[in-house]
Amino acid sequence: MDGLLTLLGDHTVQNVVLGAIFLGVTSGVLGSFAVLRQQSLLGDTLAHAALPGVCLGFLVAGGRELGFILAGALVTAVLAALLMLVLTRRSRLKTDAGLGTALGFSFAVGVVLLTYIQNTGDAAQGGLDSFLFGQAAATLRSDLWIMGGIMVAALALVAAFWKEFKLVTFDPLYAGATGLPVTLLDVVLTTMIALAVVVGLQMVGVVLMASMVIAPAVAARQWVTRLEHMVVAAAAVGVVAGTGGALLSALVANLATGPVIVLTASALVLISILAAPGRGLLWEQLARWRARRALRGRQVLTTLYELSAEHRDPHYPAERGTLNTFHGLDTRAALARLERRGLVQRVRHMPDEGPHWELTAAGREEARRTLAQLGAAEA
Amino acid sequence: MLAAFFSSIAAMVILTGTLVGIAAALVGTFLVLRRSAMLSDAISHSIVFGIVVVWLLTRQQSGPVQIVGAALAGLLTVFLTELLVNSRKVKNDAAIGLVFPVLFAAGVLLLNLYARDVHVDTHTVLLGEIGFVWLDTMAIGGLEVPVAVVWMSVVTLVNAVFVGVFYKELKLSTFDPELAQALGFAPTLLFYALLALTSVTAVAAFDAVGAVLFIAFVVIPPSAAYLLTDRLATMLALSVLVALVSSVVGYVLAVRADVSIGGMMAVVTGLCLGLAFLFGPRYGLLAQSLRAWRQRHGDELRALVVHLHDHEDTRAQDEENIVSALEQHLRWSPRKAAAVLRRGLAEGVVLREGRTLHLTAKGRDLARELTEPWRRAAA
Amino acid sequence: MTAAPLHEPDLALHVEDLTVSYQGKPVLWDVDVDIPPGVMAAVVGPNGAGKSTLVKAVLDLVRPTAGHVRLFGAPYAAMRREVGYVPQRSAVDWDFPTTALDVVQMGRYGHLGWFRRPGRREREMALEALDRVGIADLAQRQISQLSGGQQQRVFLARALVQDARLYLLDEPMAGVDAPTERAVVELLQELRDAGRTLVVVHHDLQTVRDYFDWLIVLNVRVIDQGPVDRVYTAANLRRAYGGQIALIERPAVDDDARGAS
Repeated sequence: MDGLLTLLGDHTVQNVVLGAIFLGVTSGVLGSFAVLRQQSLLGDTLAHAALPGVCLGFLVAGGRELGFILAGALVTAVLAALLMLVLTRRSRLKTDAGLGTALGFSFAVGVVLLTYIQNTGDAAQGGLDSFLFGQAAATLRSDLWIMGGIMVAALALVAAFWKEFKLVTFDPLYAGATGLPVTLLDVVLTTMIALAVVVGLQMVGVVLMASMVIAPAVAARQWVTRLEHMVVAAAAVGVVAGTGGALLSALVANLATGPVIVLTASALVLISILAAPGRGLLWEQLARWRARRALRGRQVLTTLYELSAEHRDPHYPAERGTLNTFHGLDTRAALARLERRGLVQRVRHMPDEGPHWELTAAGREEARRTLAQLGAAEA
Repeated sequence: MLAAFFSSIAAMVILTGTLVGIAAALVGTFLVLRRSAMLSDAISHSIVFGIVVVWLLTRQQSGPVQIVGAALAGLLTVFLTELLVNSRKVKNDAAIGLVFPVLFAAGVLLLNLYARDVHVDTHTVLLGEIGFVWLDTMAIGGLEVPVAVVWMSVVTLVNAVFVGVFYKELKLSTFDPELAQALGFAPTLLFYALLALTSVTAVAAFDAVGAVLFIAFVVIPPSAAYLLTDRLATMLALSVLVALVSSVVGYVLAVRADVSIGGMMAVVTGLCLGLAFLFGPRYGLLAQSLRAWRQRHGDELRALVVHLHDHEDTRAQDEENIVSALEQHLRWSPRKAAAVLRRGLAEGVVLREGRTLHLTAKGRDLARELTEPWRRAAA
Repeated sequence: MTAAPLHEPDLALHVEDLTVSYQGKPVLWDVDVDIPPGVMAAVVGPNGAGKSTLVKAVLDLVRPTAGHVRLFGAPYAAMRREVGYVPQRSAVDWDFPTTALDVVQMGRYGHLGWFRRPGRREREMALEALDRVGIADLAQRQISQLSGGQQQRVFLARALVQDARLYLLDEPMAGVDAPTERAVVELLQELRDAGRTLVVVHHDLQTVRDYFDWLIVLNVRVIDQGPVDRVYTAANLRRAYGGQIALIERPAVDDDARGAS
C-alpha cells in the first residue's frame, strides 16, 4: 500500500494515470457507438492510419509537438475513413476489403514518411517510435491538457446530439425518414472514432488502440440494458483498465504500458462475458442447470403419484431403484430435494431392500397440481 | 551470370518483394472473396505471439519451427475469434478486434520480459527491412542466395501448389460453402488450411516487409484485380501482376527518395488500386458514369417503345403513334424527340411508315421488359 | 369510378411519373399513384416489384430518376411530421440496448428537434401508444427479449406517437403470429375510421379483401389501382404475377360475373 502511495505521488505516474483516465473515458463512450454500428474494425484501421499523420505533424512542427502530431493524426485518420467510405460506396469492394486497403495503404504511407524522417537524421525522431506501441511515461503535463480537451469536446458532442446518435445507430432508415441528415451523422460518428484513437495514441500506440475502442464497450454491453448506461459503464471499464494497466506497468519493471492496459481491458471483457448477471455465459449455464433440476423434481414427483394411483394406494412405497430405472438416472438427489421441501418421506418397507419413498399429503397435492397444469389431470 | 543475379542487391530486393507479393496475393484473393480480408490484419499481428513463444522455447529465430509456431498462432486467433462469436455475446467484427490485440500484447510483453537483449526488436517486427535481405545468405548449389529469397520461394511455391491442387474446391467453397459442404469438400477445413498458409506467408514475409505492410500485400492487389475482372483465374493472374509491378516500381521510387522500400512497394499497390478504381473498364468510376449516361438514353428509348406498345392495336394508335405525339404526350422538346427517334431507328426498335411509327419485334421485346416484368425472372 | 378525380391538395398521396432505377434496371417505371384520404390501401406485387422502393421514394429515402411525390399537396420535406413510417422489422438489429418505451419515444424526436430532450410529456405519449397496441406492460422490457409480434407492435407504436395524417407501413404483418396480425389490422382500421390514411405494403394476397378498402397492384409499373373490390381481379393479379400465381378462386373474383370495368 505504501508503495502504491509513493507511486501515486510520483509526477510521471500522475500524468500517466490522468492520461489513462482520459483514454478510458473517450474510448469507452465513443467506442460504444462504433461497436453498436458494427464498425469495430474501423478503430483498428483508423489507428494504423494515424501513423502518417503523426509523421506529418512532426515534420510540420519541426519536432515532437503533441498538438501538431495529434492534429496530423486526426486528419489522416479521417482521410482514411473517407477513403474507406469512397471505396465501398462507389465500387464493388466490400467493407472488409475497404478497411484492409485503407489500413494497408495509410500505414504504408506512414512507414515511408517515418523512414524519410529517420534519414534526415533528426535526433528527436526517436520520440516518434513511441507512437507505435505507446510510451505512456513520455506523457507531459502539457500533453494532458490537449488530451483532456479532446475528451471534453467529444463528450460535449455526444451529449448535444445524444438522441440523434442513438436513433441513427439503431434505425438509420427511420432516422432518414424523420429528416435526420443520416450521411452527415455517419461522418460525424466516424470522425469521433478518430478522436478516440487520437487521444489514446500516446498511451497504447497505434497497434493496440483498436482494442481500447472495442473492449470497454463489449464488456459494458454484457452488464446493462440501456445505451445511457452502456456508455457510462464503458467509460468506467476504460478507466479501470487504463489506470490499472498504467499502475501495474509502473510497478513492475520492463513492462510496456500499452500491452498491459490492453490485457487488463481484455480480462475485464472475459469476466463480463462469463459472469455478467442475466447475460453472462455462467449465468445462462446456471439457469439451464436449475431448470433441469426443477424438471427432474417434477418428473419424480409425478411418477410417484402415478405409481400410487396405479396401485390404488396413496401411501404406495416406491423403491428408489425402480425410480432410477424408470427415469434412466440416479434419482437420489432429486428425492433428497423433494424430501427437503416436505413433499416426500422415507418409509421402511422391507428391511433388507433399499430405501423406499412415499408421497406426503403436500406432495400429493403438488403432484396433482403439476399434472393438471400439464393437462393430464387425474382424479 | 546467375551468380551476378544473386549478388545484385536490387535484383534480390525486387525478387523478395515480388515473391512476397505473389504469395500474399494467392491467399489474399480468396480472403477478399470470402469477405475475410481483415483476418489478415488479425493474423499478421498475432503471429508475433507465436514467434515469441517459439523463440522462448527453442531459442531459434528462424527456421521451420518458427513457421509452425506462427501457423499455430494464426489458427489460434481464428479459433478464439470463432469461439467468441459462437457465444453470441459479441458480433463478428468486434470479436476479431478483441482477440488479436490480446495475443499481440502478450507477445510484446513476453519480449519485454525475456528478450530484452535479443535482435528481435519490435520495430523491425512491425516494419521489416527488405533492404537488408541480402545480408543473410546461404549456399545453394554453389551460389550465395539470400535466406529470405529461399524461404519466400518455398512459401510461394507451397501457396501456388495449394491453390492449384484445390482450385475447384476453393472456388466452390468461396462462392457456395453450403454446396461445397454437401459435396463433401470440407470448406471449413479448406478455410483453415488457407489461414494456416496465410500465417506462414506472414512470418516468412516478416523480415522483408513486417507485419502491417503484409496486410497491404494481401488485401490490395486482389482488391484491384477484383475491380477489373469477374473470373477467378484472371483475378489471381492480375493480383500477381499488380504485385510484380508494385515491387519493381516501388523499389525504384524508394531508392530515389531514400525511404522504406517495403513501404513504397505497398504504396504503389495502393496506387494500382486507385487506377483500377477510376479506370477499370467495367467497374471503374469512369465506366460507371458512362453507363449512367447510356442508361439515360436507354430510359428514353424505353419510354418511346412503351408508349408505342401501350397504344398498339388500339383505336388511339393513329393519334398516338405518330411523331408529333412524342412531343406532346411524352413532353419532349422537338430536338429531344428527334434525337430519341433517330436512336430508335438506328437501334432497330421502331420503323416509320409515313407519319406513323411501328414497333419492330426487337422494340416489342424491349417494351415487354417493362409491361411484362415477370419474364425477366423466367428468362 | 363514380367520384370526380381529386386534385393534388385533396389527395393524401399523389405520385406522378415516378421512375427509379437501380444498377441500370428500372425498379419503378412511370408510376402514377393517387390515394384519396381516409382509405386503408394495400400495395401488392411480386418480389422485386418495387413496393418497398415506392415507399422509400415517398419518404425521400431514395432519389428517383424522374417524377415527383406530393402528400396532401405538399412535398415530403414539408409534411414530415404528418407522415408516420413503420419500416420492415428486419431493418434493425434488435440486440440494441434499449427498452420498448425508449424506441417508441424516438417517434417524437422529429417534433423535439435538435438539442431538446424527451421529457415527461413524450414519455406519457409513448406509454399511451404502447397501451394502444396492447403492450403497455412491456414498456421497460429490453427489445431483444421481445417476440416478433411484440417487436412489430413497438414499431407501430412508434409511428402512432406522431399522430400522423398518413401512415406508411412496410410489410407489418409478415412473420407475426395470428393474434398480433388481428390486433394490427384492428388498430389500422380504427385509424382509418378516425380519418387517417394508411398505405400498407402487404405480403399476403389472400387477406387483401378482408383488410383493405383500396388496392394498388404494382409490378415496376402500376397494373391497376382503386377500390379493392374493383381492382382485386384475377386478370389484374395475373398481369402482375404473370401467370405464376395460383389463386384459390373465390366465386366473386370471376371477371365475367362482375362485368369488366
